[in-house]
Amino acid sequence: MSSVTRVVLAEDEVLLREGLVALLTRFDFAVCAAVGSAPELLDAARAYQPDLVLTDIRMPPGRGDDGLRAAVALRAERPQLPVVVLSQYVQTGYAAELLDSGDGQRVGYLLKDRVAEVTEFVDTLRRVTAGGTAIDPDVIRQLLHRPRDPLAALSAREREVLALLAEGRSNASIAGRLHVTEAAVGKHVGNILLKLDLPPNDDTNRRVLAVLTYLRADPAA
Amino acid sequence: MTPEHPRHLADALRRRRWLISAWPWRALVYLVSTVPIAGALAAGLLVIVAPLLAAVNAVRLQGRPPEIGLMLFLAVGSLTLLALAPLASFPVAAVERWRLGLVDGRPLPPSRWQGLAARYRTAAGWREVAYLFWLGGFVPVAYWVFLLLVLLDLGLVASPWLAGDANEVIVLWGTVDTASEAAPYAIVGVLLIPVLWYAAGLLAAAQAAVARWALAWPVDATALREVARSRTRLVGAYEAERRRIERDLHDGAQPRLTSLTLQLGLARLDVPEDSPAARPLAVAHDQARGLMVMLRQLVHGIRPQTLTDLGLAGAVRELADAATVAVTVRTDLDGALPEIVETTAYFVVSEALGNVARHAGATRAEVRLTRVGADLVVEVSDDGRGGADPARGTGLTGLADRVAAADGRLLLASPPDGPTLIRVELPCRR
Repeated sequence: MSSVTRVVLAEDEVLLREGLVALLTRFDFAVCAAVGSAPELLDAARAYQPDLVLTDIRMPPGRGDDGLRAAVALRAERPQLPVVVLSQYVQTGYAAELLDSGDGQRVGYLLKDRVAEVTEFVDTLRRVTAGGTAIDPDVIRQLLHRPRDPLAALSAREREVLALLAEGRSNASIAGRLHVTEAAVGKHVGNILLKLDLPPNDDTNRRVLAVLTYLRADPAA
Repeated sequence: MTPEHPRHLADALRRRRWLISAWPWRALVYLVSTVPIAGALAAGLLVIVAPLLAAVNAVRLQGRPPEIGLMLFLAVGSLTLLALAPLASFPVAAVERWRLGLVDGRPLPPSRWQGLAARYRTAAGWREVAYLFWLGGFVPVAYWVFLLLVLLDLGLVASPWLAGDANEVIVLWGTVDTASEAAPYAIVGVLLIPVLWYAAGLLAAAQAAVARWALAWPVDATALREVARSRTRLVGAYEAERRRIERDLHDGAQPRLTSLTLQLGLARLDVPEDSPAARPLAVAHDQARGLMVMLRQLVHGIRPQTLTDLGLAGAVRELADAATVAVTVRTDLDGALPEIVETTAYFVVSEALGNVARHAGATRAEVRLTRVGADLVVEVSDDGRGGADPARGTGLTGLADRVAAADGRLLLASPPDGPTLIRVELPCRR
């Protein structure tokens, strides 16, 4: 993999598209193509084989969830393709669908507003490109409000940790956020995995699985 | 509070000036003009009634069954009469509507010929038939009674002159044979004139009331339907307008604002902390971010974007996802729903789930969306404490208004100790 991340960007509103191009360029991403509709996104992604796809959800031609459809289609073709989807508002269904595409990793589901937090936004893009998963804190918050049996077992602190975990953060980053030691975070994560009935093994994806447990669970179950 | 001028007879009867107003004369004209019509109808009825009476008499007095021919005539005649009545009632009703104007200034729906079938199929047509029989059967009897009273009174008034002819005149409860003896009777007779004047008014008013009941129908149902339709159209247009505004904001204003905030964020990166521009820039950035959140909520309030993107079933699932109690969603929808129905149903579920979270103390709720015939039925139930009362302002009345605007109805069952069920039926006719 080259040192420069190659991005295909899809956003139908010209001003925002240009803004995103400026942002990506500023942080040394290489923008191969910046397009304004779902079919163009599909074409560009197939043509350039980028390291990352960044797309809006509501786009022409249908002005429905065409952007998401395209992203899911691309992930079906290339399960390893990192995709970050921007959504105008929180919609857990979209997040779950995205996580269900490919292997459930290298996906990001972010509220559009997050692009205003320039550095955090760029960090998220990098995390997803590097193989992480990033789900918008608002989505997580909404999911954590769900009354669920596995969740009922979690303490308030553990929920906080899980929310940050779901954003794809490392233990160190979580420790910095919550002003606790990294060891303490490790302990919380261990407890969470235990309570969520995720058996310890060498698979480092357990952290993601913890998140997926929430996103995929049927609240009525 | 009574208006200056009475508009119809019954109203005029209650006024003090009745006797010296024009109304008694109007009543009289009404009564007199009734006679030929009611008479003709009575004659028509007698065709059946007379043989019927003959048959009944035969059975009662002579104890022998009526002849077959008579029975056949009665059966065929009655059926024919009944079959022809809806046709005969049309011209009669037209004349009667016009005549009702003599004693009643209130407007009436005009007589309109709406085809032969309508005479037999509509309730209005059969009301006119009922009026026909009433006019031919009951009215003449009442008139005879009244006419007897009038003749009696005339006899009283005229008694002195009649007695003056030295004939014995019998008046009610005694015999008089001189003019002087008859004088008190004449005085009573004269005193009775205003009473009869009132009685005539009463008779005409009663007849006019029956006529109005029978003929003021249909309360122009077409006009009412038109009003209801135009209301629905208006609400539909309003809904389309909301959708347009939501689109404009979502596709125009929101991304531009996001772009602006992004540019501010980018600028902040390159402005050193100690620069005088740093602080105002940071403030501008924060304000723009706040505005983004505000605009998002605003757009959601105008029309939930989930509806636009996912349709009703998906949007309701999202609502269930965001709820603080466990919500099961069962949908059985096929085909597109009118926009107004979608939006209304969405707000019903949204509000109902909000109530569940706020008031019910429930642990679980269920939302069901089903098509029943041409209706969409939305049901939200919970296992909470019940006792939901529209009067206590749980947003239920506002919800009912919303549902009514979409031409639907809202039903609520919420006994104390629960469970609560809200059922909304929304018609999906285009």
